[in-house]
Amino acid sequence: MVVLDHVTMEYPTGTKALDNVSFRIKKGEFVFIVGSSGSGKTTLIKLLLKEIKPTDGEITVDDRVYSKMKRKEVPMLRRKIGVVFQNFRLLKDRTVFENVAFAQQVIEKPANEIRREVPGTLTMVGLADKYKQFPKELSGGEQQRVALARAIVNQPDIILADEPTGNLDPKNSLEIMTLLEEINKRGTTVVVVTHNKDIVNLMQKRVITLKKGKVISDEEKGGYKDED
Amino acid sequence: MKISTLGYSIKQGLKNIRRNLLFSLASVGTMVACLFLFGVFYSIVLNMEHEIDDIQNSLVVSVFFNEGYNDEQIMQVGNEIKKLENINSVNYISADVAWNGYVEDVYQGDAEYVESVFGDDNPLENSSSYEITLKDISRQDITVKQLEAITGVRKVNSSKETAQGWIDVSTLVGYVSLGIILILLFVSLFLISNTITIGIAVRKEEIAIMKLIGAKDIFVRAPFLFEGVFIGLLGSLIPLVIMYFVYNAMTGYLTQHFALVSNMIEFVPVGEVFKWMAPCSVLIGVGVGFFGSLITTHKHLKV
Repeated sequence: MVVLDHVTMEYPTGTKALDNVSFRIKKGEFVFIVGSSGSGKTTLIKLLLKEIKPTDGEITVDDRVYSKMKRKEVPMLRRKIGVVFQNFRLLKDRTVFENVAFAQQVIEKPANEIRREVPGTLTMVGLADKYKQFPKELSGGEQQRVALARAIVNQPDIILADEPTGNLDPKNSLEIMTLLEEINKRGTTVVVVTHNKDIVNLMQKRVITLKKGKVISDEEKGGYKDED
Repeated sequence: MKISTLGYSIKQGLKNIRRNLLFSLASVGTMVACLFLFGVFYSIVLNMEHEIDDIQNSLVVSVFFNEGYNDEQIMQVGNEIKKLENINSVNYISADVAWNGYVEDVYQGDAEYVESVFGDDNPLENSSSYEITLKDISRQDITVKQLEAITGVRKVNSSKETAQGWIDVSTLVGYVSLGIILILLFVSLFLISNTITIGIAVRKEEIAIMKLIGAKDIFVRAPFLFEGVFIGLLGSLIPLVIMYFVYNAMTGYLTQHFALVSNMIEFVPVGEVFKWMAPCSVLIGVGVGFFGSLITTHKHLKV
């Protein structure tokens, strides 16, 4: 469960990125958070990953109250959240296998478990035959699948996808969203931050719309709202 | 930290060194220079102290008693001397032993001549004494004053000049070397810190991903700590190997080619020099490497 309770984030420059934002995301839900540039989407992701602290309000993820967490507990929180980025953020000097295995090395999984689990995850995202290739040898869609494999290999409770289709063509975008939907069907909560209108309208999931740091709508099976 | 993680961190640490080879070599080079100088100064000071010890052991302070003192009074004076803190050994020299020694030294043991001149007289009848060696020759002045203050002591003979020169030079070399080594250690620390900072900058994206995936602080920092330790270790082992050969070659050369030196000084064997110098060098190298990277990672790698 993800709970934002009257969260406000004001940067030292005076910019108010989020203004009194409250919502709840239930376990196993699929939610789109939409909004144009400057609506506060990136700030929201940073807050959920505990990269920054809100100036006001409270965030709770799976009974972890952010304001009461110690610094050393942050890595454990992040292990429960798999992240996917718009620009993939893969390690260029490592193969597909190594990029996915990296996520497990980081949490100190034994090598034999890594060897066992990574191929399964690569099969799930349809890249089993490309495990030896380097990111530059892959298409954008394939790179995003590697990033997705890296995000799910540790079986997180939540997947947080920041503009996952931002650098992809419609076909690849749809494939990535289908994968995210499959992951969601297995019980993982999926939060997709996007401004891809077509995808949002097609998927018919819950949509939370942000505008200038405020929630302007929160609809089950909603569509992309034009803000103007 | 798990064994597999340890292996991963060591591997990454070595990889970091390879990635920033130039800076790593500069750090190792400075460390080598620093610890080589440490080795040179350490050897000099150790040999000087060895020499001072030799002089100290051969340096004797003679304590003479009031004329007409009987055996019991002399023993009492002896007991008072032994109570003093800086006394290493006390040896009683009777008037007869003193005269025989004098005859041996001055008349090369020509007993006939001595008897013809002095008969049965002992001109040193009132010169029985205690010959004392001191623990610390640098405190000789204070000890002599304490000896002179003992009741029944008529005169105290000492010769401080011989050792004082060595002590002064040894102290000076010690201070100068300490100063130079401290400056070089600071430079090494700075260079290691710089190398680690560059390593962090090069792996910025990887570190950011690691943190977002849920890496613990220690997992992110460990490769850099190992990098610093490896640089320090390498920087301490190289000068030790150089020092080993240089010391043997130098002492051998000086002993063979300079008779004056070999008469004056008996060099400490290389094994004895390395007994403390080797672990100290490694400890300094590894310590500077470790703390250099610890400070840097603490500054740049907050999760």
